[in-house]
Formats: sequence, C-alpha cells, structure tokens
Amino acid sequence: MVFIRSLRVNVFVCLIVFSAANSFAEIELSGNIISEYRYFYNSPVRSDQENNNLSISAEPELYYRLPDSRDSFTFTPFFRLDENDSQRSHFDIRELYFHKVMPEWELKIGVNSVFWGVTETVHLVNIINQIDMVENPDGESLLGQPMVNLTIIENWGTLNLFILPGFRERTFPGRKGRPGTKILIDSDKAIYESGAKEKHIDFALRWSHSFDIWDIGLSHFSGTSREPRYDPLLFSVNSHGETELIPIYEIIDQTGMDIQGTLGAWLLKLEAITRSGQGDRFCAFATGFEYTFFDVVSSGIDVGIINEYLYNERKTEAMDNDLALGIRLSFNDIQSTELVAAVIQGMQNRSKYFYVEAARRIGNSFKLSVEMRGVSNVENDDPLSSIEADGFVQVELGYYF
Amino acid sequence: MKISRIVFGFLIVVAFTIADASDYEGLNADEKGLAIAKEAKLRDEGFSDSEELLTMILKDRRGNERIRQMRVLTLERKDDGDWSLSIFDEPADVKGTAMLTYSHGLEPDDQWLYLPALKRVKRISSKNRSGLFMGSEFAFEDLSSFELEKFKYKFLRKEACDGEQCFVSEWIPAYEHSGYSKQIIWHDTNEYRIHRIDYYDRTNKLLKTLKLLQYKQFIGKYWRSMRMDMLNHKTGENTILTYSNYRFKIGLTDRDFDLNALKRAK
Repeated sequence: MVFIRSLRVNVFVCLIVFSAANSFAEIELSGNIISEYRYFYNSPVRSDQENNNLSISAEPELYYRLPDSRDSFTFTPFFRLDENDSQRSHFDIRELYFHKVMPEWELKIGVNSVFWGVTETVHLVNIINQIDMVENPDGESLLGQPMVNLTIIENWGTLNLFILPGFRERTFPGRKGRPGTKILIDSDKAIYESGAKEKHIDFALRWSHSFDIWDIGLSHFSGTSREPRYDPLLFSVNSHGETELIPIYEIIDQTGMDIQGTLGAWLLKLEAITRSGQGDRFCAFATGFEYTFFDVVSSGIDVGIINEYLYNERKTEAMDNDLALGIRLSFNDIQSTELVAAVIQGMQNRSKYFYVEAARRIGNSFKLSVEMRGVSNVENDDPLSSIEADGFVQVELGYYF
Repeated sequence: MKISRIVFGFLIVVAFTIADASDYEGLNADEKGLAIAKEAKLRDEGFSDSEELLTMILKDRRGNERIRQMRVLTLERKDDGDWSLSIFDEPADVKGTAMLTYSHGLEPDDQWLYLPALKRVKRISSKNRSGLFMGSEFAFEDLSSFELEKFKYKFLRKEACDGEQCFVSEWIPAYEHSGYSKQIIWHDTNEYRIHRIDYYDRTNKLLKTLKLLQYKQFIGKYWRSMRMDMLNHKTGENTILTYSNYRFKIGLTDRDFDLNALKRAK
C-alpha cells in the first residue's frame, strides 16, 4: 500500500513537472517510470532477507535548448523506492549541466556521466563515474559526477579534459538488500587516502579518433579510485553482531586504451588498463569479438556471437582469467525484441557467472524487460562465492514518455 | 539576318536539349539507363544540407498501427556519399537514440549508434544492408544515400505513370550483401522524380513496391516526396513514411556530424 501511494506521489510529481514544462514550451520532458519485481531463487544469507522484492524508479529528463543555438541545459533526477532495502531507496542527480557548443570545442559544466569502452562483459576503461551498485550488480548504472569537461575537436582527433571536483562513494545494498554480498560493506566509515577525502579534485583526459575501420581511445585518470579496496583486518561490527568491511578509497593513476575494429560483420575489441596506487601496479585487459549472422535463414533475426577473454593481474578479482561467451538476438520486429545472454567461466576453475537480458516493447509507450543473473559451480575460494546466494530473476515493466 | 541566325541557333540548342532530355538518341539501353540516373542525381546536387521530420507508420495485416518518428539531418558530400544523423523521437523508449552514417558508394558505410541510457557510442556493422529498419518494410539499403556507382543500369521503356511520362529502368545492385536481384524504377521525364520502385528478391520474385507520392519542390529546385508507401507483396504488410518540416541550406557543417554531435543529439 505504501508502495502504491509512493507510485501515486511519483506520478503526481511527474504531472506537475510535465505541466510546468508545457507552460515553458521550449523545455522538452522525457523519461521513464519503471516497476520492478525480483525473485531470488536461493535462500538468503541473512534470515531477515526476503526472496521477493518490489521496487519502482523514475527518471525524468528535462532538456532545454537555447533558441538559435546548439547550447543546452539538461536536468535528470533519479528516484527509487525499494520494498526491503532502505539503502536502495535513493535519490540521485544523474545529470544537471550546461553544454556549450562551439565549432572547435565544447564545454560541459555540472553533473553528468561519461562512458568509455567497447567490450560487453566488463567495463575496465570506464572510470569517470562512480557505480550506483544498489541499482544492479551489472555496474552499468552510474551516479552523477560533478565535472568541468572541455572537448577539443581537431583533425588529429577529439581531446576531452576533465576536472572532477567531488567524489561519490559507491552505493552498497543494506543488510536486507539483495543481491548483496555475504560480508556487508560499511560505507559510512569509508577511509580515504587523501586528507581532502571526498573533496579531492580528480583529473582525467581522453584522446579518441576514428581511422577508417578503427575507433581508438587513450585515457588517463588521476584521483580517487572509484573502485574501493578492502582490507580483511579493517572492519566494523554492526548491531546484529555482523562484521562489515570498510571501503578504502585510495589515490590512483590509471591509463587505459580501448580499440574497436569494425570489419564487415566482425567487431574486434580490446580494452586494457594499468593502475598504480592500490598496492602494486597491475594491469588488466579484455579482448575478443562480436560476430553477427544477419537475417539468419531469412527470419529477419540477427544472431551475434560474443567471445571475450578477461584478464586481471590482481588475483582477488572475480574475472581474473576468464572466458566470456555470449549471444545476442535482435529480432528486428515492431516490438524491438532483443535478448543478450552470456556466461563467464574461469579458465582454471569451474566457477561461472551468467546473465540473460531480454526486452520487448508493448504498444508505443511500455517496455517489458526480463533479466536473470547469478553464479553456478562456484568454488569456495573464488571471489564469486560472496554473491553465490543472490542469483535472481527480474521482471520490469517500464512506462516511457 | 543576324537575329534570325541567333534564333536558329537557339532553336537547334533547344531541339537538342529536348531530344537529349527525353530520348537519349544514339545510346544503348545500358548507357541510357545510366544517363537517366545521372540526370536525376545531377538535379539533386547542391542542396548542401537539409533537415526533416520523418514519421513512419507501420501497419500489419490485422490493421495494427505503430508510429516511429525521427529527425534526419543530411550533409551533402562532394566526393563521397552523404553524411546523415537520425535522431529518434518515438517510440519513447528509444527517444534520444541517434545514428550517424558516413555513406560510401560500394564500400560499406561507417555507422555509429548512440544509446542514451548507457551514454554509450557503439560503432556498428553496416554489412546488414538488407536488414529491416526499425521493424518496418524498409531495408537499410532502401533508405541509404544514392550514389551512381552503387548500381548497374538498363533502360527498359517509356510509359505513362501518375499522369506523366516515365522512364522505366532496371537497377542491379553493384554493392555486396544486397537483398535484391534488381529494382525497377520509374522516373518522370520532366523532373526526374522517382514515382515507383519495384524490388525483386534474390530469387527474382517481386518482393515489395514503393510508391512516392505528394512531391513538393523546395527552394525552387529540389523535389521531395512527402509520402512514401511501401507494400510487401509476400506478407501484405505495409509501411508509410510521411515527411514534414523540410528545411534546406540551414548551415549544417561537419561538426554537426561527428561523434560529439551524435552524443548531444536530442
């Protein structure tokens, strides 16, 4: 009931925003409201965790383009209400920025997100934004990052320079939240290497260019690591007597490279990074391909085969020496039905991580999405064992406007 | 005397022009087919850049209708295929999705897709020329930029069409991975506007018919069809394209067609 009431509140807020937007004709409103159901098919780690969870989110976007100009303002707040996990019920400003466009440069000032990279199963190079981990363990939901981003466009490529004032801590599920980790994370006690803590100013730059079939990016980031490190000896104990690991955010330097070659039906991909600042310098890479069989047996369906090898010098990583095999089905129908499934399997053990994501439009304004995510054959010493209990099936119905 | 010679000369020029435009005497069927395509291409040159709103109405046999809407920006390129940026407005779940295409003649196009939910630019394969666009009856190759070297031409006949005289030619794709064995094209003899295209599948059976209707002329030169009806003879399903808000020479530059422009397209 609380749920329905909050849905009403959300719809009401949206209506107000919508009518305000309409009265100011130049502002465009778009976005979505998505209801989500998750079923966890294994029994939980903690006795007060549930096997079923309902949740609802809203992400309206307001966009205003200045008259007779390419300049614009964008504002995208994000809201989520979750039935069981108070940490997952949260609000974030995904975007709130001014975008200036000139012939040889562009400038974005405000809160925004950035995606770099080419591979499907991991995103090593992408580093500007913190991951909103309570959203989905796939790591593709990002928290808005305050930034000044200057883009310089020359015939030798595009250079992006970033000043990143203000660090966002990674979000983690609460003790009732699922999918979670066996050992909880106490984000309130986060430790920083820098005395400026979350006020440390980070910098990044990226050069990218397209040469014929090749799209290449080289990047460097210097600042607070978005990915925390944990020390087994650094933990707190909560009121239930459970230990909670304390995230440590160190200052790192990470250099990255991403390359894609697009050769007929082949997409050849490479992402590689080297990072210093979290113990020893280490490197990691992901490389592979996606090959698409178009219009298989004149069905109109495209079948893509994804194959990626994942390497990480840090042995504490779940994907340190793994092979990912996936399939992508694009039905090319009126409903834009799509399915992506992948299995990531360790080369030296039998631990597997898998996911299936499928989506289909209903009518003109709704979309139904089904997702399944979990692990199997996990060996006790594998990092994947921390999420072993929380495999789930998720059904989402979204309204888009 | 002098005047009449000038008039005489003028008349000869006019006579030659008319003969040239409508008869192409002395040319064989292949040369004539090419000459017609060349003339049609020539008459479309110099538009520099354009913007339009495209609405796609997809209808299945049961009469269900689905609407797709996108804005299309085009930049004319002198030495290569045109550049285009398509920005989707509807359906709402793909709003903000944009596709950038650098088209080439026989070589595959360069194509990038921007997915706003992930803020991700993806370079995509353009090998799939025969694939259907957004679940419509239009294949990617039906909507791609027209370049002369993409086909082998043959003039077939002249006949009445839509109340005018039309050249009927056969176009055989010269590029790889086409879904067609040939296309039959009707150009009117006055303005070289395409009135109809019959598409034949790879087994040489009639697959689809496109009718181009409601031609309007812009900035005193360029003719554009405001409505195109594509009927699939095999499935009985059809797709209607309607065009509106056409604007020409609005001052678009290369910078409106780079990956930065793709990311900020809304």
